[in-house]
Amino acid sequence: MGEVLEINGPIVTIRQSGIRNGDQVKIGRLGLVGEVIHIREKDALVQVYESTESLRPGEQVVGLDYPLSVELGPGLLGQIFDGIQRPLNKIMALSGEHIARGLEVSALDRDRSWHFVADNNLVVGSELRGGQILGTVEETETIQHRILVPPDSHGIVIEHAPEGDYKINETIVRIRTDSGSVEDLKMYHRWPVRMPRPYQSRANSNVPLITGQRILDTFFPFLKGGKAAVPGPFGAGKTMLQQQIARWANADIVLYVGCGERGNEIVDILQSFPELKDPYSGRSLMERTFLVANTSNMPVVAREASIYVGVTMAEYYRDQGYDVVMVADSTSRWAEALREVAGRLGQMPVEEGYPAYLASRLAAFYERAGSVNTLAGNSGSVSLIGAVSPPGGDFSEPVTSHTKEIIRTFWALSKPLADARHYPAISWLESFTAYADRAAEWWSEQVGKQWYVRRQQALSLLAEADELERIVNLVGPEALSSNQRWVLESAGLIKEAVLQQSALDPIDSYCSPQKQFQLLDLMLQFHDGGVELIKLGMPVEPLIELPFGGELRRLKSMVPSDDLKELARYSEKIREAFDGLRVEYSNGQETKS
Amino acid sequence: MSELEFRRVSSIHGALMFLKAVDGIALGDRVVIRDRDNNRRNGQVIRSSKEVVMVQVFEGTDNLDLENTWVRFLDEPFELSLSPGMLGRNFNGIGEPRDDRPPLISNLRRNVNGSPVNPAARAYPREFIQTGISAIDGLNSLVRGQKLPVFSGSGLPHNRLAAQIVRQARLPGDASNFVIVFAAMGVSYSDARFFEQEFESSGVLRNVVMFMNLANDPPMERLLLPRTALTAAEYLAYELDHHVLVVITDMTNYAEALREIATEKGDVPSRKGYPGYLYSDLAEIYERAGRLRDRHGSITMIPILSMPSDDITHPIPDLTGYITEGQIVLSRELNNKSVYPPINVPPSLSRLMKDGIGKDFTREDHPRVASQLYASYTRALESRNLASIIGAEELSERDHHYLEFAERFEADFVRQGEHEERNIIETLNLAWELLSLLPPNTLSRVSEEDLHKYHSWDGSG
Repeated sequence: MGEVLEINGPIVTIRQSGIRNGDQVKIGRLGLVGEVIHIREKDALVQVYESTESLRPGEQVVGLDYPLSVELGPGLLGQIFDGIQRPLNKIMALSGEHIARGLEVSALDRDRSWHFVADNNLVVGSELRGGQILGTVEETETIQHRILVPPDSHGIVIEHAPEGDYKINETIVRIRTDSGSVEDLKMYHRWPVRMPRPYQSRANSNVPLITGQRILDTFFPFLKGGKAAVPGPFGAGKTMLQQQIARWANADIVLYVGCGERGNEIVDILQSFPELKDPYSGRSLMERTFLVANTSNMPVVAREASIYVGVTMAEYYRDQGYDVVMVADSTSRWAEALREVAGRLGQMPVEEGYPAYLASRLAAFYERAGSVNTLAGNSGSVSLIGAVSPPGGDFSEPVTSHTKEIIRTFWALSKPLADARHYPAISWLESFTAYADRAAEWWSEQVGKQWYVRRQQALSLLAEADELERIVNLVGPEALSSNQRWVLESAGLIKEAVLQQSALDPIDSYCSPQKQFQLLDLMLQFHDGGVELIKLGMPVEPLIELPFGGELRRLKSMVPSDDLKELARYSEKIREAFDGLRVEYSNGQETKS
Repeated sequence: MSELEFRRVSSIHGALMFLKAVDGIALGDRVVIRDRDNNRRNGQVIRSSKEVVMVQVFEGTDNLDLENTWVRFLDEPFELSLSPGMLGRNFNGIGEPRDDRPPLISNLRRNVNGSPVNPAARAYPREFIQTGISAIDGLNSLVRGQKLPVFSGSGLPHNRLAAQIVRQARLPGDASNFVIVFAAMGVSYSDARFFEQEFESSGVLRNVVMFMNLANDPPMERLLLPRTALTAAEYLAYELDHHVLVVITDMTNYAEALREIATEKGDVPSRKGYPGYLYSDLAEIYERAGRLRDRHGSITMIPILSMPSDDITHPIPDLTGYITEGQIVLSRELNNKSVYPPINVPPSLSRLMKDGIGKDFTREDHPRVASQLYASYTRALESRNLASIIGAEELSERDHHYLEFAERFEADFVRQGEHEERNIIETLNLAWELLSLLPPNTLSRVSEEDLHKYHSWDGSG
């Protein structure tokens, strides 16, 4: 169907006929897989997902007649795929420790049987629409996989399989389509990754995605179906934070896309997740998790594809009625893959070598997040959290600045905080969220009426303290009033006792919403108590000398999320201490007068 | 095809040579070029089409002309011969001997580009390597299979530090020694000589393979050299079961060679003229470090790079930091204060430390002590900064404690002799000695139990 004319890194020019733009092709003796991205008269440009080393002009090219698409069906969970959805474990069985080229491996296991239970509405003569649920199989102990009619299928059931064990290639339902032909439906179908999967309508969800991380949930909350970005220079803890989210998010399904990042990070997840317990189901985390890994040393074009492969699989679980979180680490590497291809195509670079369509591609990707009413009438969501790796930590660079325009929650990592080992190193000044008001509804109903007020109070306290610190750095602390010094003291307390959270501490790694609120409330109670006394004219020194500092800072790792009595006791203790001080102080004042 | 010589050079510039009317040449193939004086040069096909083949010439194209240049395509990629006999030898970037000994003969030859490791085949590195250097062991621990670069600057003692690590690195309680692969790109003769002498005097020379391209050697060969060296390292680690320590210096010279060829090819530049694929290219090198699940050996990598104008946001250190598992940053300020090793603690980091230290590896309190030292030292630097503005007399008592802590931390903990080896317990005890300069209520990163056990605060400091 064609032959190779030129090889320029991952871009191969072919002479072709009858190949459509976007089609997959197989190239040469090795059978390298690529995708047509440009057609110019008789020639076509192909981006190749594998290294083109040793490829020669003149080798044959075969068109596969379909675009890059993924297999969707039971057996995705717990797996790790490469950027074009080939299971890495199977690749290892075929080619050993290094990834050979031209391997053909299907994503889903053809030999595995699943116990299929037909849906009650599945009867001969009934009408089936795209996205409708045919039945369920138990994919893992925690996840019931709902087998869906492919979104573009429609017809009348003429036959269906009874409950039983089936392999995914077996026909479970036969329908007569509108055109009168017969279509076999299996437990899986394929969907092109660059096309968003359809749904009935967008839904407005106000349910926060709880990650168990105080600085995220309490200070910069995020909603299910939302879009967030985590930008940060290297060493600021981006990956650690992404992993914490993947670990503790209260979603049904978590998809971790390692896009152009380190191999060892993927190994870390593969080795630690099976042993970690999902705080909601109590089962192994791996039962609800799956991964796409196209590490930095793997071919760059597959890295571009990996994001779409990931989000399509996320949408598929959304369409089953689940809340899915997809964590993409890192979207900058994806953008760089775009840039590399654009550069080889000779497209005009606009900013820092990136092509002009960077912003629109980013926006289109994030737009695939959202809460929806599915075709089957359920509600489901895809939340997207993208890491951004700005060169030199400069947030004004193209990928960060375009992303910032698109997303609604911005968790900005800061190098100075990371250098002081203040983790998670999320800057309370640079981060923002557009979801706080909507999340407030849930928090005040479920956790504490005062949530919104307390959050605001803490944020202004922190902002004021940053202002004051600038003054201290110019003229020293003596220039501050008692009140101001107390603000500095309290902000320091909030930073250490609330904002800092250790991913490695078994108790502190996950913090329930109740604990988050009570901890913050406690620290602010401490602050308010001091403010009141200072108002009475008391100097700040005895307050600073109060013996609570160390203990309050350690409470987060002493009090487990499921037993908060200790916090209430502390609240009482603080009240007593301040009452004592007040009496002592006013007695002292009276004797003086 | 490999015996055929073509005389079809159509144009020449810089390190690039173009040939017309040679069809079917594979991308990445090795090329041998003969000039009018019968001198040989090496090249590689970097773009191939039916009409034109682009060849990168490692030795440059000076003195080549269109008429008297013969080109032979070897019909194979660059490969390195591998045998145990490579230990103790010295090669150039394409694996030819630099010592006066015969070339390595072996049936085992590998493509120097390797192929990507399947992430599912990796094992997570978690065995603590003791380097005997407190600022590394205590605060930025190295583990077997990690890639931990040294970010340095011109004139800073990165070579001495690397040599000290090579000399002292061992696994506590493990007798097996490291085998060393040393890759030098664009370094001066004296730097190369320094390492050779170091290896000689510490008696490890028989366990070292050197790959060298000095400052006056063909710069384009630097593009191949780290790949050649890592091919050797992979062989030693995964086939001969050695634990391999790879020292690569200086990655900045590598990246500059890459920029040079990219500019000649007309690639779209991104930051500071470096090509957009610098990240992927560096990753191909760095990601070859690690451990594999079913192999005994390991590859631990210490790349050294000098930050142009000490700028850590420069593309080379920046992209490196995004790929490697941490970084050891050297400080000119500490060096000026004659602190050796001048390790700048706050920006230094070891990402794999968390899983290689603590109870079963070093000591139970290690993770918390490290975190506390970081927190206290950054706090102490604030006090020092404040003192320089308002004067030390104006400082609070607490700030005075911090000032003293900062001084002692740099003078006693960071500073140590070039031949001084502190084991991890000594390092941790030293850390507690310093933390005892600070009142216990400022130490929120350590546990009550730690304080009780190790902290001796007498209330005055």
